[in-house]
Amino acid sequence: MEIPYTVEVRPDTGLFNGKLGIWLFLASEVMLFGALFSSYILLRVGSTEWPRGYEELSVPLAFFNTIVLISSSVTMVMAWASLRLHDFGKFRLYLGATILLALTFLVVKYFEYAHHLEAGEGPWHSTFLAIYFTLTGLHGIHILGGIIVNSYLWGPGAAMWKTEPQRFVNRIEIAGLYWHFVDLVWIFLFPVLYLL
Amino acid sequence: MDNVTTAGHAPAGAHAHVHAHDHEQSFVWKYVFSQDHKVIGIQYTITALLFLLFGFALMALMRWQLAFPMQPIPVIGGLLGAANAPGGIMLPEFYNQLGAMHGTIMVFLGVVPLAVGGFGNYVMPLQIGAPDMAFPKLNMFSYWVYFIGGVVMFTSFFIPGGAAQSGWTSYPPLSVITATDGQTMWLIGMIFLITSSLLGSMNFIVTIIQLRAKGLHFFRLPFFVWAQFVTSFLLLLAFPPLEAAGVLQLMDKVAHTSFFLPSGLVVGNKVMAIAGGGNPLLWQHLFWFLAHPEVYVLILPAMGIVAEIIANNTRKPLWGYRVLVYAIIFLGFMSFVVWAHHMFMTGMGTTMSSFFQTTTMIISIPSVIILSALFLSLYGGSIRYNTPMLFALAFLPMFGIGGLTGLPLGLAPSDLHLHDTYYVIGHFHYVVAPGTIFALLAGIYYWFPKATGRQMNELLGKIHFVGSFIAINGIFFPMFIQGLHGVNRRLYDGGAQYAHAQPVLHWNVFMSYSAWTLMAFQLVFIVNFFWSIKGGKPVGNNPWSATTLDWTATTSPPLAHGNFETTPEVFRGPYEYSVPGRSTDYFPQNQRD
Repeated sequence: MEIPYTVEVRPDTGLFNGKLGIWLFLASEVMLFGALFSSYILLRVGSTEWPRGYEELSVPLAFFNTIVLISSSVTMVMAWASLRLHDFGKFRLYLGATILLALTFLVVKYFEYAHHLEAGEGPWHSTFLAIYFTLTGLHGIHILGGIIVNSYLWGPGAAMWKTEPQRFVNRIEIAGLYWHFVDLVWIFLFPVLYLL
Repeated sequence: MDNVTTAGHAPAGAHAHVHAHDHEQSFVWKYVFSQDHKVIGIQYTITALLFLLFGFALMALMRWQLAFPMQPIPVIGGLLGAANAPGGIMLPEFYNQLGAMHGTIMVFLGVVPLAVGGFGNYVMPLQIGAPDMAFPKLNMFSYWVYFIGGVVMFTSFFIPGGAAQSGWTSYPPLSVITATDGQTMWLIGMIFLITSSLLGSMNFIVTIIQLRAKGLHFFRLPFFVWAQFVTSFLLLLAFPPLEAAGVLQLMDKVAHTSFFLPSGLVVGNKVMAIAGGGNPLLWQHLFWFLAHPEVYVLILPAMGIVAEIIANNTRKPLWGYRVLVYAIIFLGFMSFVVWAHHMFMTGMGTTMSSFFQTTTMIISIPSVIILSALFLSLYGGSIRYNTPMLFALAFLPMFGIGGLTGLPLGLAPSDLHLHDTYYVIGHFHYVVAPGTIFALLAGIYYWFPKATGRQMNELLGKIHFVGSFIAINGIFFPMFIQGLHGVNRRLYDGGAQYAHAQPVLHWNVFMSYSAWTLMAFQLVFIVNFFWSIKGGKPVGNNPWSATTLDWTATTSPPLAHGNFETTPEVFRGPYEYSVPGRSTDYFPQNQRD
């Protein structure tokens, strides 16, 4: 048995299954992070005192991480484009770079977390830190998920390039859409938590 | 997987895809970790039915306490343990656990998995002529994530302190400050259940959009498929906010944050040592942003099932098919903007209340359209009164009562009196129990021959129907009477200590006997269900003379892999019954002329 339109596009919708699937998944992710951002707004509006992000958190580190993530989005696109151009070597290079950049992001995040926790200022310390840890923690889990998926596609999953090249290109495109979304969330998180 | 059927199925441009495991599948891969939507549908159905029974059993226990407060529970009272019921007398904490878990189990582990995971999985791909769901592995994963969520919920009864006890709504601060770990287990379980629903709904939407058979454009979809389609969007978009809320409350429980705990919260005459600054209302907003669409997740698949059965057994087209479709889409959309009608009593202000009572009145319009269209479909039909049809017919007035009694709750002034009384319980149980669950039972009787090739026993089915119909009204109708007298819904003694409850207190005994009678009649169903798998009357591929692809394009039960011998093609709408000038009174969708 074969599921139709896993590889080729259905003519009347112009989509293959995975692409529609990932867009729907991202729609639900928008609702997830949307609810958390709404909670942030409601908590902040309802509070009597709310610290400035740049007083509590390290803006240079977060700025560095922003650059890291944007770069990783670029390398992700380059990985996909290389595959479209049938350059498997460059694909590996760019996808590898994406994974390394993502790991860099998490390492920086680890030092940020450690700095707070060493000072005894965990999520219980204030509502600001609570929402900071929750939002960045959830985002960090998404980064981790992306690293796992991309590593699979870089390593064992890449065998598909030999057997079903088009399907593999589709997978990279889907992984890329997810990765761009995770970056986009950070693009919102950075100003909301660190600058405002 | 089976490659034999592949040749006839693969769409144009088929590629050389080699399956790794083509030989005989072992029992585990065929029935436990199956990727076949039909097996997964049956797994969902059986698991959900067991949870429905378990949730019902919790309520049967509570009904003893309500009817005969502080008296030892006969027979099984001793089995509940000294921590829950010393001397067989139920403790208030245990009563609260039963109440909270009854709601949670019925909604999230019973009705939704049965309506969407069970019926949606089994029937929808067959009705659209698809070989399987779009993502079979994900489908399997959804079921097992649901299963783990169920196990977490179930085992929470056996940890020290027992299960969650702050109602199925888990309102903070109460849910957070309760010292036991039941609430933490509840939150973890919910995160599993939500994840399962999200993945499942994504799969459903992709399947319906991408895998429709040739010629099956959207306005030829059976109404059941439309109902599943809209339901999936509700699950996809409404559940994530509850997941967010669950994460926040879990942080409150585990990491000692105070998202939902205000500053200066006093518990047991002591100011709590928390950072404060949280907002309990935030939880209510996030919770009801899911939980109101959830109400439509409960009812829409039921409407879909009832529509199929009514069209089939009146032998005429559904009245106003297109209007039904437009109404259900509008209903789905509106369900996102009515949530705060659950919160009129929170002091959120009259402006907010006015907005939400207006949207609530608007949402009743498509509901009434759907119900009216289904009623009008009966007019002039030559109705076959078989068991599925009886349950489907009962759905109409029962859902009607449930819906109409909701109007006073949707208006802020009358809600002030009725809020949190038994009236509310009566209202939503009429929607969900004799409404949705009757429709689901109708669906089981209707599609049983599809899954097994045998029909369930009609006589036992009718006994099940008549007994259930009378008993279920005996439970829920007196609740309106008690509620109008102002009896609160969460009283451990059923209202015995309140003067204003005295005139209506005697109903508690009647309702409890009705509940136990209802349970007894379900034994008839259980016996019928299991006996019919082997001993039911063997029937042909299309025992109901139906028109939709699930009956006309494949055998009963369908082929194990791929469902169809050849990919079906569709030439007409779903309900072409009694077309003039034809020898048979049904005109299958896949028949050219």
